[in-house]
Amino acid sequence: MTARIGVVTFPGSLDDRDAARAVKIAGAEPVSLWHGEPDLHGVDAVVLPGGFSYGDYLRCGAIARFAPVMGTIVKAATDDGLPVLGICNGFQILCESHLLPGALTRNQHLHFRNRDQKLRISSADTAWTSAYEKDQEILIPVKNGEGCYVADEKTLDGLESSGRVIARYVGGNPNGSLRDIAGITNAAGNVVGLMPHPEHAVEELTGPSVDGLGFFTSVLQKLVTT
Amino acid sequence: MARVVVDVMLKPEILDPQGQAIANALPTLGFSAITAVRQGKRFEVEVDGEITDEVLAEVTRAAGTLLSNPVIEDFAVRAEGDEPAEVDVPAVAVVTAPATDADAADVKAAAAESSTAEKSDADGPA
Repeated sequence: MTARIGVVTFPGSLDDRDAARAVKIAGAEPVSLWHGEPDLHGVDAVVLPGGFSYGDYLRCGAIARFAPVMGTIVKAATDDGLPVLGICNGFQILCESHLLPGALTRNQHLHFRNRDQKLRISSADTAWTSAYEKDQEILIPVKNGEGCYVADEKTLDGLESSGRVIARYVGGNPNGSLRDIAGITNAAGNVVGLMPHPEHAVEELTGPSVDGLGFFTSVLQKLVTT
Repeated sequence: MARVVVDVMLKPEILDPQGQAIANALPTLGFSAITAVRQGKRFEVEVDGEITDEVLAEVTRAAGTLLSNPVIEDFAVRAEGDEPAEVDVPAVAVVTAPATDADAADVKAAAAESSTAEKSDADGPA
C-alpha cells in the first residue's frame, strides 16, 4: 500500500503544492490537510510547509500553532510517534508548538535571504534524514526573513551532545543562526524542523539539485520498515 | 470597559537586530546621546468591567500562551494608567531631544492642516 503523507495548508501557506509534489515524486500519496479541520484522515506522516501562515502576524507560526489541525498533530507526534517535517514556516510552527526547542527570529542582517545553500547533514538517524549519509553535503534553496535559530547555551549544548542537530549551513550562514544550525529534531527523531527548502530541490528542471528528495524518501523508507 | 497593557520584550540575551538597526540610524539624525535601542511590542487588551486580580491573571495567562514566546521573550502586565515599575523617565526628556524646534513647527503645521481638513469635512454636504 502506498504511504499517505499529509501536507497542511494554513491561510498564507506558500509551498504546500511543492511539498505535495515532492511527496508524489518520492513515491507516496500526498493528502491535503486543512488547518481548520482536526482530522488527519489517517495519514502516515505530515509535512508543515513553508510560507507565511496567518501573515506572520504576532510572530511567525504563533497563530498557526493553535489551528485545530495542530492540536491533533502535536498529540500524534508526541504520543504515537507520527513523523512530522516542518519546513521554514513549518519549522517556526514546530518551535512555537514546543515540539522542538528554541525559536526562529529575524535574520541577523535583517535582509530576506534567497539563494541556493549548501548544507551538511549532521544526523542521518531521524525519520526524515535516513536516506542521507552523516556529513553528506547537499545543495537546496534557502529563502527566509526570520530564519535565525536561537536557543540558550544549555539547549544548544544538549542538542549537539545528543545528535539532534540534523543539518548545518556550510559556505556561509544565511541568517545568523547560532552554531550554523539549519535543522533540528526532537528526542525521538520523528519530528524534524528545517529552515531551507528540500521540496524545491526534487527535479532537475526547477531545482539546483535533486538533493532535497532524500527527506521525503527517508520517511517512506521508515514507513515501509515499521 | 477597561484596558490592560502587556509589554513584550526580547530577553536581554537574545540579539535584537531591529533595535540595533534603529540605534545605528539615530546618530545620522543627530540623536547622538542614544547608545542602544531594543524594540518590543505593546498590546492594549480591552476587558469588560473592572480590572480585578482575576482579570489580570487571565491576561497574564494569555500573555504567556500567545502574546509572547517565553523561549525568547519576557512580558509585563499592568492595568492601563498604572505606570510600569521599571520605567522612570521624566516627560520633559522628549523636549530635550535635538531637532525639536523644527519638529515642533512641523507638528504645529500638521495639526493646523488636519484641523482645517476636519472642519471642511464637517462643513461638507451631508
